[in-house]
Amino acid sequence: MSNVSTHKSGFPNPLRWIGASVLGFFAEIGRLSTFAGRVTFAAFTPRWFWGEIGRQIIRIGFYSFPVVGMSAVFIGAALALNIYTGGSRYGAEQFVPNIVVLGITRELGAVITGLMLAGRVSAGISAEIGAMRVTEQIDALETLSASPYRYLYAPRFLAALITLPMLVAAANIIGVMGGWLVSVYSLDFDSTTYLRNTLDFVTRDDIMVGLIKAVVFGGVIAVMGCYQGDRSQAGATGVGRAATLSMVGAAVLVLATNFILSNLFVEIGL
Amino acid sequence: MTQPILKLEGIEKSFGRNNVLRGVDIDVAPGQSLVVIGGSGSGKSVMLKVALGLMTPTAGKVLFDGHDVTSSTGKTRESMRARVGMLFQAGALFDSLTVWENVAFRLINADGVKRRDARERAIETLKKVRLGSEVAGLYPAEISGGMQKRVSLARSIISEPDLIFFDEPTTGLDPITADAINDLIIEQVRGLGAATVTITHDMSSARKIADEVAMLFEGRIIWRGKANDVDHSGNEYVDQFVHGRAEGPIQPAI
Repeated sequence: MSNVSTHKSGFPNPLRWIGASVLGFFAEIGRLSTFAGRVTFAAFTPRWFWGEIGRQIIRIGFYSFPVVGMSAVFIGAALALNIYTGGSRYGAEQFVPNIVVLGITRELGAVITGLMLAGRVSAGISAEIGAMRVTEQIDALETLSASPYRYLYAPRFLAALITLPMLVAAANIIGVMGGWLVSVYSLDFDSTTYLRNTLDFVTRDDIMVGLIKAVVFGGVIAVMGCYQGDRSQAGATGVGRAATLSMVGAAVLVLATNFILSNLFVEIGL
Repeated sequence: MTQPILKLEGIEKSFGRNNVLRGVDIDVAPGQSLVVIGGSGSGKSVMLKVALGLMTPTAGKVLFDGHDVTSSTGKTRESMRARVGMLFQAGALFDSLTVWENVAFRLINADGVKRRDARERAIETLKKVRLGSEVAGLYPAEISGGMQKRVSLARSIISEPDLIFFDEPTTGLDPITADAINDLIIEQVRGLGAATVTITHDMSSARKIADEVAMLFEGRIIWRGKANDVDHSGNEYVDQFVHGRAEGPIQPAI
Protein backbone atom coordinates (compact mmCIF):
# COMPACT_ATOMS: atom_id res chain seq x y z
CA MET A 1 0.00 0.00 0.00
CA SER A 2 1.64 3.20 -1.15
CA ASN A 3 0.39 5.45 1.63
CA VAL A 4 1.76 3.30 4.45
CA SER A 5 5.04 4.62 5.80
CA THR A 6 8.02 2.35 6.14
CA HIS A 7 10.67 1.81 8.77
CA LYS A 8 14.22 2.81 8.01
CA SER A 9 14.77 -0.88 7.29
CA GLY A 10 12.36 -0.60 4.37
CA PHE A 11 9.67 -2.81 5.94
CA PRO A 12 6.20 -1.31 6.48
CA ASN A 13 5.48 -0.05 9.98
CA PRO A 14 3.18 -2.88 11.20
CA LEU A 15 1.02 -0.63 13.40
CA ARG A 16 0.46 1.85 10.60
CA TRP A 17 -0.22 -0.99 8.20
CA ILE A 18 -2.83 -2.49 10.53
CA GLY A 19 -4.37 0.94 11.16
CA ALA A 20 -4.53 1.76 7.45
CA SER A 21 -6.04 -1.65 6.69
CA VAL A 22 -8.73 -1.29 9.36
CA LEU A 23 -9.58 2.25 8.23
CA GLY A 24 -9.61 1.10 4.62
CA PHE A 25 -11.95 -1.76 5.49
CA PHE A 26 -14.44 0.52 7.24
CA ALA A 27 -14.19 3.08 4.45
CA GLU A 28 -15.04 0.34 1.97
CA ILE A 29 -17.99 -0.79 4.10
CA GLY A 30 -19.18 2.83 4.20
CA ARG A 31 -18.90 3.26 0.43
CA LEU A 32 -20.66 -0.05 -0.21
CA SER A 33 -23.46 0.80 2.25
CA THR A 34 -23.98 4.23 0.68
CA PHE A 35 -24.03 2.67 -2.78
CA ALA A 36 -26.51 -0.01 -1.65
CA GLY A 37 -28.72 2.69 -0.13
CA ARG A 38 -28.74 4.71 -3.35
CA VAL A 39 -29.52 1.61 -5.43
CA THR A 40 -32.36 0.63 -3.09
CA PHE A 41 -33.80 4.15 -3.18
CA ALA A 42 -33.62 4.19 -6.99
CA ALA A 43 -35.23 0.74 -7.16
CA PHE A 44 -38.28 1.64 -5.08
CA THR A 45 -39.00 5.18 -6.30
CA PRO A 46 -40.04 6.31 -9.79
CA ARG A 47 -38.92 6.40 -12.50
CA TRP A 48 -38.65 2.73 -13.54
CA PHE A 49 -37.18 1.55 -16.83
CA TRP A 50 -39.51 -1.41 -17.41
CA GLY A 51 -37.80 -2.56 -20.59
CA GLU A 52 -34.47 -2.79 -18.78
CA ILE A 53 -36.06 -4.59 -15.81
CA GLY A 54 -37.62 -7.13 -18.20
CA ARG A 55 -34.30 -7.70 -20.00
CA GLN A 56 -32.51 -8.24 -16.69
CA ILE A 57 -35.16 -10.66 -15.44
CA ILE A 58 -34.51 -12.79 -18.51
CA ARG A 59 -30.72 -12.49 -18.22
CA ILE A 60 -30.50 -13.09 -14.47
CA GLY A 61 -33.42 -15.46 -14.02
CA PHE A 62 -34.13 -17.38 -17.19
CA TYR A 63 -30.53 -17.88 -18.32
CA SER A 64 -29.43 -18.95 -14.82
CA PHE A 65 -32.03 -21.69 -14.60
CA PRO A 66 -29.95 -24.46 -16.28
CA VAL A 67 -26.92 -23.97 -14.03
CA VAL A 68 -29.07 -23.71 -10.90
CA GLY A 69 -31.06 -26.80 -11.87
CA MET A 70 -27.94 -28.85 -12.60
CA SER A 71 -26.34 -27.82 -9.32
CA ALA A 72 -29.48 -28.57 -7.33
CA VAL A 73 -30.01 -32.06 -8.72
CA PHE A 74 -26.44 -33.10 -7.90
CA ILE A 75 -26.51 -31.51 -4.44
CA GLY A 76 -29.82 -33.24 -3.65
CA ALA A 77 -28.46 -36.58 -4.86
CA ALA A 78 -25.19 -36.26 -2.95
CA LEU A 79 -27.05 -35.15 0.18
CA ALA A 80 -29.28 -38.24 0.06
CA LEU A 81 -26.26 -40.54 -0.28
CA ASN A 82 -24.45 -38.92 2.63
CA ILE A 83 -27.49 -38.93 4.89
CA TYR A 84 -28.07 -42.56 4.04
CA THR A 85 -24.45 -43.40 4.90
CA GLY A 86 -24.59 -41.51 8.19
CA GLY A 87 -28.09 -42.63 9.07
CA SER A 88 -27.29 -46.31 8.49
CA ARG A 89 -24.80 -46.17 11.38
CA TYR A 90 -27.75 -45.66 13.74
CA GLY A 91 -30.35 -47.54 11.75
CA ALA A 92 -31.96 -44.23 10.76
CA GLU A 93 -31.92 -44.62 6.96
CA GLN A 94 -35.66 -43.94 6.82
CA PHE A 95 -35.03 -40.26 7.65
CA VAL A 96 -33.32 -39.62 4.31
CA PRO A 97 -36.37 -37.91 2.70
CA ASN A 98 -37.00 -35.79 5.80
CA ILE A 99 -33.45 -34.51 6.11
CA VAL A 100 -33.03 -34.02 2.36
CA VAL A 101 -36.12 -31.83 2.10
CA LEU A 102 -35.23 -29.91 5.28
CA GLY A 103 -31.63 -29.33 4.18
CA ILE A 104 -32.61 -28.31 0.67
CA THR A 105 -35.50 -25.97 1.50
CA ARG A 106 -34.01 -24.23 4.54
CA GLU A 107 -30.39 -24.11 3.48
CA LEU A 108 -28.89 -25.66 0.39
CA GLY A 109 -31.41 -24.58 -2.24
CA ALA A 110 -30.88 -20.93 -1.39
CA VAL A 111 -27.15 -21.15 -0.69
CA ILE A 112 -26.30 -23.12 -3.83
CA THR A 113 -28.40 -20.77 -5.95
CA GLY A 114 -26.78 -17.77 -4.27
CA LEU A 115 -23.28 -19.09 -4.81
CA MET A 116 -23.90 -20.06 -8.43
CA LEU A 117 -25.35 -16.63 -9.15
CA ALA A 118 -22.50 -14.93 -7.30
CA GLY A 119 -20.29 -16.46 -9.96
CA ARG A 120 -22.52 -16.20 -12.99
CA VAL A 121 -24.51 -13.04 -12.37
CA SER A 122 -22.50 -10.84 -10.01
CA ALA A 123 -19.29 -11.23 -12.01
CA GLY A 124 -21.21 -10.73 -15.25
CA ILE A 125 -22.88 -7.55 -14.02
CA SER A 126 -19.54 -6.27 -12.74
CA ALA A 127 -17.72 -6.97 -16.01
CA GLU A 128 -20.49 -5.35 -18.07
CA ILE A 129 -20.74 -2.23 -15.92
CA GLY A 130 -16.96 -2.07 -15.57
CA ALA A 131 -16.59 -2.11 -19.35
CA MET A 132 -19.23 0.62 -19.58
CA ARG A 133 -17.36 2.67 -16.97
CA VAL A 134 -13.99 2.45 -18.72
CA THR A 135 -15.46 3.20 -22.16
CA GLU A 136 -17.22 6.29 -20.72
CA GLN A 137 -20.69 4.88 -21.40
CA ILE A 138 -21.72 5.64 -17.82
CA ASP A 139 -20.49 9.24 -18.21
CA ALA A 140 -22.47 9.37 -21.45
CA LEU A 141 -25.60 8.18 -19.60
CA GLU A 142 -25.24 11.03 -17.12
CA THR A 143 -24.75 13.64 -19.84
CA LEU A 144 -27.94 12.31 -21.46
CA SER A 145 -29.85 12.96 -18.22
CA ALA A 146 -30.18 9.28 -17.30
CA SER A 147 -29.03 8.33 -13.82
CA PRO A 148 -26.96 5.14 -13.88
CA TYR A 149 -28.60 4.26 -10.56
CA ARG A 150 -32.04 4.24 -12.19
CA TYR A 151 -31.11 3.02 -15.67
CA LEU A 152 -28.40 0.44 -14.89
CA TYR A 153 -28.30 -0.56 -11.23
CA ALA A 154 -31.92 -0.50 -10.09
CA PRO A 155 -33.16 -2.78 -12.92
CA ARG A 156 -30.49 -5.37 -12.08
CA PHE A 157 -31.26 -5.09 -8.37
CA LEU A 158 -35.02 -5.49 -8.89
CA ALA A 159 -34.53 -8.33 -11.37
CA ALA A 160 -32.35 -10.18 -8.85
CA LEU A 161 -34.90 -9.62 -6.05
CA ILE A 162 -37.68 -11.00 -8.25
CA THR A 163 -35.87 -13.93 -9.87
CA LEU A 164 -33.83 -15.33 -6.97
CA PRO A 165 -36.89 -16.63 -5.07
CA MET A 166 -38.15 -18.23 -8.29
CA LEU A 167 -34.81 -19.87 -8.91
CA VAL A 168 -34.62 -21.05 -5.31
CA ALA A 169 -38.13 -22.49 -5.51
CA ALA A 170 -37.07 -24.38 -8.63
CA ALA A 171 -33.79 -25.45 -6.98
CA ASN A 172 -35.76 -26.77 -3.99
CA ILE A 173 -37.99 -28.93 -6.18
CA ILE A 174 -35.11 -30.14 -8.36
CA GLY A 175 -32.87 -30.76 -5.34
CA VAL A 176 -35.53 -32.85 -3.63
CA MET A 177 -36.04 -34.76 -6.88
CA GLY A 178 -32.27 -35.38 -7.02
CA GLY A 179 -32.48 -36.98 -3.60
CA TRP A 180 -35.54 -38.96 -4.67
CA LEU A 181 -33.78 -40.24 -7.83
CA VAL A 182 -30.80 -41.57 -5.89
CA SER A 183 -32.92 -42.94 -3.08
CA VAL A 184 -35.31 -44.81 -5.37
CA TYR A 185 -32.90 -46.00 -8.06
CA SER A 186 -29.76 -46.56 -5.97
CA LEU A 187 -30.81 -46.97 -2.33
CA ASP A 188 -33.98 -49.04 -2.95
CA PHE A 189 -36.44 -46.63 -1.33
CA ASP A 190 -40.08 -46.96 -2.29
CA SER A 191 -40.95 -44.02 -4.53
CA THR A 192 -44.40 -43.33 -3.11
CA THR A 193 -43.25 -43.60 0.50
CA TYR A 194 -40.30 -41.30 -0.14
CA LEU A 195 -42.47 -38.62 -1.69
CA ARG A 196 -45.18 -38.93 0.99
CA ASN A 197 -42.56 -38.60 3.77
CA THR A 198 -41.11 -35.56 2.02
CA LEU A 199 -44.44 -33.77 1.66
CA ASP A 200 -45.60 -34.70 5.17
CA PHE A 201 -42.40 -33.46 6.77
CA VAL A 202 -41.77 -30.13 4.99
CA THR A 203 -43.62 -27.11 6.41
CA ARG A 204 -44.58 -23.75 4.97
CA ASP A 205 -42.04 -22.14 7.32
CA ASP A 206 -39.21 -24.26 5.87
CA ILE A 207 -40.08 -23.05 2.39
CA MET A 208 -40.45 -19.43 3.55
CA VAL A 209 -37.00 -19.52 5.19
CA GLY A 210 -35.39 -20.42 1.86
CA LEU A 211 -37.38 -17.84 -0.09
CA ILE A 212 -36.61 -15.01 2.36
CA LYS A 213 -32.92 -15.88 2.11
CA ALA A 214 -33.25 -15.84 -1.67
CA VAL A 215 -34.54 -12.26 -1.69
CA VAL A 216 -31.64 -11.11 0.50
CA PHE A 217 -29.10 -13.01 -1.61
CA GLY A 218 -30.54 -11.45 -4.74
CA GLY A 219 -29.94 -7.98 -3.35
CA VAL A 220 -26.42 -8.85 -2.21
CA ILE A 221 -25.45 -10.35 -5.58
CA ALA A 222 -26.79 -7.44 -7.65
CA VAL A 223 -25.36 -4.73 -5.40
CA MET A 224 -21.90 -6.31 -5.30
CA GLY A 225 -21.84 -6.67 -9.09
CA CYS A 226 -22.96 -3.09 -9.68
CA TYR A 227 -20.67 -1.66 -6.98
CA GLN A 228 -17.48 -3.32 -8.20
CA GLY A 229 -18.34 -2.54 -11.83
CA ASP A 230 -18.98 1.10 -10.99
CA ARG A 231 -15.59 1.35 -9.26
CA SER A 232 -13.74 -0.52 -11.99
CA GLN A 233 -10.33 0.83 -12.95
CA ALA A 234 -9.35 1.37 -16.57
CA GLY A 235 -8.18 -1.46 -18.81
CA ALA A 236 -8.78 -5.17 -19.12
CA THR A 237 -6.99 -5.77 -15.81
CA GLY A 238 -9.27 -3.32 -14.00
CA VAL A 239 -12.43 -4.88 -15.39
CA GLY A 240 -11.16 -8.40 -14.67
CA ARG A 241 -10.28 -7.41 -11.11
CA ALA A 242 -13.74 -5.89 -10.62
CA ALA A 243 -15.36 -9.13 -11.81
CA THR A 244 -13.21 -11.21 -9.45
CA LEU A 245 -13.86 -8.90 -6.48
CA SER A 246 -17.59 -8.92 -7.08
CA MET A 247 -17.74 -12.70 -7.36
CA VAL A 248 -15.66 -13.30 -4.23
CA GLY A 249 -17.41 -10.52 -2.31
CA ALA A 250 -20.88 -11.72 -3.28
CA ALA A 251 -20.05 -15.35 -2.41
CA VAL A 252 -18.67 -14.41 1.02
CA LEU A 253 -21.62 -12.11 1.71
CA VAL A 254 -24.09 -14.82 0.66
CA LEU A 255 -22.53 -17.22 3.17
CA ALA A 256 -22.30 -14.56 5.90
CA THR A 257 -25.88 -13.36 5.47
CA ASN A 258 -27.01 -16.99 5.31
CA PHE A 259 -25.53 -17.57 8.76
CA ILE A 260 -27.02 -14.36 10.15
CA LEU A 261 -30.46 -15.15 8.73
CA SER A 262 -30.35 -18.78 9.91
CA ASN A 263 -29.49 -17.54 13.37
CA LEU A 264 -32.31 -15.00 13.24
CA PHE A 265 -34.83 -17.62 12.11
CA VAL A 266 -33.81 -19.93 14.94
CA GLU A 267 -34.23 -17.05 17.40
CA ILE A 268 -37.72 -16.21 16.18
CA GLY A 269 -38.73 -19.82 15.82
CA LEU A 270 -39.25 -19.79 12.06
CA MET B 1 -20.61 42.14 -23.37
CA THR B 2 -22.55 38.92 -23.98
CA GLN B 3 -22.82 36.67 -20.97
CA PRO B 4 -20.72 33.52 -21.46
CA ILE B 5 -22.69 30.29 -21.86
CA LEU B 6 -19.94 28.57 -19.85
CA LYS B 7 -17.41 30.04 -17.47
CA LEU B 8 -14.83 28.23 -15.35
CA GLU B 9 -13.43 30.31 -12.49
CA GLY B 10 -10.28 29.23 -10.68
CA ILE B 11 -10.97 25.53 -11.19
CA GLU B 12 -8.67 23.24 -9.26
CA LYS B 13 -8.86 19.46 -9.22
CA SER B 14 -6.60 17.11 -7.31
CA PHE B 15 -6.43 13.33 -7.09
CA GLY B 16 -4.60 12.64 -3.85
CA ARG B 17 -1.36 14.57 -4.12
CA ASN B 18 -1.65 14.92 -7.89
CA ASN B 19 -2.86 18.46 -8.70
CA VAL B 20 -4.22 18.07 -12.22
CA LEU B 21 -5.94 21.45 -12.55
CA ARG B 22 -4.34 24.38 -10.73
CA GLY B 23 -6.67 27.29 -11.35
CA VAL B 24 -8.30 27.13 -14.76
CA ASP B 25 -10.08 30.33 -15.85
CA ILE B 26 -11.85 30.15 -19.17
CA ASP B 27 -15.16 31.15 -20.74
CA VAL B 28 -17.08 30.51 -23.94
CA ALA B 29 -19.55 32.94 -25.51
CA PRO B 30 -22.78 31.70 -27.13
CA GLY B 31 -22.09 30.48 -30.66
CA GLN B 32 -18.32 30.56 -30.14
CA SER B 33 -16.04 27.65 -30.99
CA LEU B 34 -13.24 27.32 -28.46
CA VAL B 35 -10.56 24.66 -28.89
CA VAL B 36 -8.41 23.74 -25.91
CA ILE B 37 -5.09 22.21 -26.88
CA GLY B 38 -2.56 20.59 -24.62
CA GLY B 39 -0.32 17.57 -24.33
CA SER B 40 -1.18 14.20 -22.92
CA GLY B 41 -1.78 14.41 -19.17
CA SER B 42 -2.22 18.19 -19.19
CA GLY B 43 -5.70 17.90 -17.65
CA LYS B 44 -7.87 18.53 -20.72
CA SER B 45 -10.24 15.62 -20.12
CA VAL B 46 -10.50 16.40 -16.40
CA MET B 47 -11.38 20.02 -17.25
CA LEU B 48 -14.11 18.79 -19.58
CA LYS B 49 -15.53 16.42 -16.95
CA VAL B 50 -15.57 19.20 -14.36
CA ALA B 51 -17.36 21.50 -16.82
CA LEU B 52 -19.92 18.76 -17.52
CA GLY B 53 -20.49 18.08 -13.85
CA LEU B 54 -19.11 14.55 -14.06
CA MET B 55 -16.44 15.54 -11.54
CA THR B 56 -16.63 18.00 -8.66
CA PRO B 57 -13.71 20.43 -8.57
CA THR B 58 -11.53 20.70 -5.49
CA ALA B 59 -11.89 24.50 -5.73
CA GLY B 60 -13.40 27.04 -8.10
CA LYS B 61 -16.75 27.60 -9.79
CA VAL B 62 -18.52 26.36 -12.92
CA LEU B 63 -21.05 28.87 -14.24
CA PHE B 64 -23.52 27.79 -16.92
CA ASP B 65 -25.44 30.65 -18.50
CA GLY B 66 -24.68 32.75 -15.41
CA HIS B 67 -25.81 30.12 -12.89
CA ASP B 68 -23.42 28.41 -10.51
CA VAL B 69 -23.70 24.68 -11.28
CA THR B 70 -20.50 23.59 -9.54
CA SER B 71 -22.14 21.23 -7.08
CA SER B 72 -25.69 21.30 -8.39
CA THR B 73 -27.85 18.21 -8.36
CA GLY B 74 -31.38 17.26 -9.31
CA LYS B 75 -33.40 19.60 -11.50
CA THR B 76 -30.73 22.30 -11.73
CA ARG B 77 -28.25 19.79 -13.06
CA GLU B 78 -30.83 18.24 -15.38
CA SER B 79 -31.86 21.60 -16.81
CA MET B 80 -28.21 22.29 -17.60
CA ARG B 81 -27.65 18.90 -19.18
CA ALA B 82 -30.76 19.29 -21.30
CA ARG B 83 -28.94 22.18 -23.00
CA VAL B 84 -25.60 20.43 -23.38
CA GLY B 85 -24.34 17.83 -25.86
CA MET B 86 -21.19 15.75 -25.62
CA LEU B 87 -19.16 13.75 -28.10
CA PHE B 88 -16.88 11.36 -26.23
CA GLN B 89 -13.43 10.42 -27.48
CA ALA B 90 -14.31 6.80 -28.26
CA GLY B 91 -17.93 7.56 -29.02
CA ALA B 92 -19.24 5.97 -25.79
CA LEU B 93 -22.16 4.47 -27.69
CA PHE B 94 -24.24 1.99 -25.71
CA ASP B 95 -23.34 -1.50 -26.94
CA SER B 96 -26.70 -3.02 -26.10
CA LEU B 97 -28.72 -0.45 -28.08
CA THR B 98 -29.06 -0.01 -31.82
CA VAL B 99 -27.71 3.04 -33.59
CA TRP B 100 -31.07 4.82 -33.68
CA GLU B 101 -31.75 3.99 -30.00
CA ASN B 102 -28.36 5.51 -29.15
CA VAL B 103 -29.12 8.67 -31.11
CA ALA B 104 -32.62 8.97 -29.65
CA PHE B 105 -31.62 8.01 -26.11
CA ARG B 106 -32.25 11.41 -24.57
CA LEU B 107 -35.53 11.86 -26.44
CA ILE B 108 -36.90 8.53 -25.20
CA ASN B 109 -35.47 8.42 -21.70
CA ALA B 110 -35.37 12.05 -20.61
CA ASP B 111 -37.76 13.99 -22.85
CA GLY B 112 -40.55 11.38 -22.95
CA VAL B 113 -40.80 11.29 -26.76
CA LYS B 114 -42.63 8.21 -28.11
CA ARG B 115 -40.35 5.58 -29.63
CA ARG B 116 -41.85 5.88 -33.12
CA ASP B 117 -41.39 9.66 -33.19
CA ALA B 118 -37.94 9.37 -31.62
CA ARG B 119 -36.90 6.87 -34.30
CA GLU B 120 -37.98 9.26 -37.06
CA ARG B 121 -36.04 12.12 -35.49
CA ALA B 122 -33.00 9.88 -35.01
CA ILE B 123 -33.04 8.89 -38.69
CA GLU B 124 -33.37 12.56 -39.72
CA THR B 125 -30.39 13.42 -37.51
CA LEU B 126 -28.38 10.50 -38.88
CA LYS B 127 -28.94 11.94 -42.38
CA LYS B 128 -27.42 15.23 -41.18
CA VAL B 129 -24.20 13.38 -40.39
CA ARG B 130 -24.33 11.55 -43.76
CA LEU B 131 -25.56 8.21 -42.45
CA GLY B 132 -28.44 6.45 -44.17
CA SER B 133 -31.45 4.85 -42.53
CA GLU B 134 -29.97 1.39 -43.24
CA VAL B 135 -27.51 2.04 -40.38
CA ALA B 136 -30.26 2.81 -37.87
CA GLY B 137 -30.98 -0.80 -36.93
CA LEU B 138 -27.34 -1.87 -36.59
CA TYR B 139 -25.47 -2.15 -33.29
CA PRO B 140 -22.39 0.02 -32.63
CA ALA B 141 -20.09 -3.01 -32.93
CA GLU B 142 -21.33 -3.52 -36.50
CA ILE B 143 -20.17 -0.13 -37.82
CA SER B 144 -16.72 1.42 -38.37
CA GLY B 145 -14.94 3.83 -36.02
CA GLY B 146 -15.67 6.79 -38.30
CA MET B 147 -19.36 5.87 -38.43
CA GLN B 148 -19.41 5.53 -34.65
CA LYS B 149 -18.09 9.09 -34.36
CA ARG B 150 -20.85 10.29 -36.68
CA VAL B 151 -23.46 8.45 -34.63
CA SER B 152 -22.04 10.00 -31.48
CA LEU B 153 -22.15 13.42 -33.17
CA ALA B 154 -25.78 12.78 -34.12
CA ARG B 155 -26.54 11.86 -30.50
CA SER B 156 -24.92 15.07 -29.28
CA ILE B 157 -26.91 17.37 -31.62
CA ILE B 158 -30.34 15.69 -31.72
CA SER B 159 -31.74 17.74 -28.86
CA GLU B 160 -30.36 20.98 -30.39
CA PRO B 161 -28.17 21.97 -27.41
CA ASP B 162 -26.76 25.42 -26.72
CA LEU B 163 -23.33 24.05 -25.83
CA ILE B 164 -21.52 21.00 -27.20
CA PHE B 165 -18.33 19.45 -25.85
CA PHE B 166 -16.07 17.50 -28.18
CA ASP B 167 -13.43 15.27 -26.60
CA GLU B 168 -10.76 14.48 -29.18
CA PRO B 169 -13.29 14.21 -32.02
CA THR B 170 -10.75 13.07 -34.64
CA THR B 171 -8.54 10.79 -32.55
CA GLY B 172 -8.08 7.35 -34.09
CA LEU B 173 -9.46 8.33 -37.50
CA ASP B 174 -7.60 8.45 -40.81
CA PRO B 175 -6.94 12.01 -42.11
CA ILE B 176 -9.75 11.93 -44.66
CA THR B 177 -12.36 10.67 -42.21
CA ALA B 178 -11.04 13.12 -39.59
CA ASP B 179 -11.49 16.00 -42.02
CA ALA B 180 -14.99 14.81 -42.85
CA ILE B 181 -15.83 14.79 -39.11
CA ASN B 182 -14.42 18.33 -38.79
CA ASP B 183 -16.62 19.46 -41.70
CA LEU B 184 -19.67 17.86 -40.10
CA ILE B 185 -18.93 19.50 -36.77
CA ILE B 186 -18.62 22.93 -38.40
CA GLU B 187 -21.73 22.42 -40.54
CA GLN B 188 -23.93 21.11 -37.74
CA VAL B 189 -22.72 23.48 -35.04
CA ARG B 190 -23.19 26.51 -37.30
CA GLY B 191 -26.62 25.22 -38.19
CA LEU B 192 -27.56 25.05 -34.51
CA GLY B 193 -25.75 28.23 -33.50
CA ALA B 194 -24.35 26.35 -30.53
CA ALA B 195 -21.19 27.17 -28.62
CA THR B 196 -18.57 24.43 -28.60
CA VAL B 197 -15.64 23.46 -26.44
CA THR B 198 -13.31 21.00 -28.15
CA ILE B 199 -10.27 19.44 -26.58
CA THR B 200 -7.74 18.00 -28.94
CA HIS B 201 -4.08 17.71 -29.76
CA ASP B 202 -4.84 17.42 -33.48
CA MET B 203 -3.70 20.83 -34.74
CA SER B 204 -5.25 20.49 -38.19
CA SER B 205 -8.60 19.87 -36.49
CA ALA B 206 -8.03 22.81 -34.12
CA ARG B 207 -7.17 25.19 -36.97
CA LYS B 208 -10.23 24.15 -38.90
CA ILE B 209 -12.96 24.28 -36.27
CA ALA B 210 -11.76 26.94 -33.81
CA ASP B 211 -12.72 30.58 -33.48
CA GLU B 212 -10.33 30.77 -30.55
CA VAL B 213 -7.64 28.46 -29.23
CA ALA B 214 -6.49 28.12 -25.62
CA MET B 215 -3.58 26.09 -24.39
CA LEU B 216 -3.68 24.12 -21.16
CA PHE B 217 -0.32 23.35 -19.59
CA GLU B 218 0.35 21.96 -16.13
CA GLY B 219 -3.23 22.59 -15.05
CA ARG B 220 -3.49 26.23 -16.17
CA ILE B 221 -4.52 28.09 -19.30
CA ILE B 222 -1.23 29.62 -20.41
CA TRP B 223 -2.36 31.22 -23.67
CA ARG B 224 -5.58 32.11 -25.44
CA GLY B 225 -6.04 33.84 -28.76
CA LYS B 226 -7.67 33.84 -32.16
CA ALA B 227 -7.27 30.64 -34.18
CA ASN B 228 -5.42 32.65 -36.85
CA ASP B 229 -2.82 33.72 -34.27
CA VAL B 230 -1.93 30.26 -33.02
CA ASP B 231 1.00 29.89 -35.43
CA HIS B 232 2.58 33.18 -34.28
CA SER B 233 1.45 33.38 -30.68
CA GLY B 234 4.76 34.58 -29.28
CA ASN B 235 4.40 31.92 -26.58
CA GLU B 236 7.23 29.39 -26.63
CA TYR B 237 5.02 26.63 -25.17
CA VAL B 238 2.36 27.14 -27.84
CA ASP B 239 4.99 27.35 -30.57
CA GLN B 240 6.56 24.08 -29.49
CA PHE B 241 3.17 22.35 -29.31
CA VAL B 242 1.70 23.56 -32.62
CA HIS B 243 4.89 22.76 -34.49
CA GLY B 244 5.24 19.40 -32.79
CA ARG B 245 8.84 19.83 -31.68
CA ALA B 246 10.35 17.47 -29.10
CA GLU B 247 12.76 20.19 -27.98
CA GLY B 248 11.49 23.16 -26.00
CA PRO B 249 10.10 24.02 -22.57
CA ILE B 250 7.53 21.17 -22.67
CA GLN B 251 9.03 17.82 -21.79
CA PRO B 252 7.65 14.93 -23.88
CA ALA B 253 5.33 12.67 -21.87
CA ILE B 254 7.51 9.54 -22.18
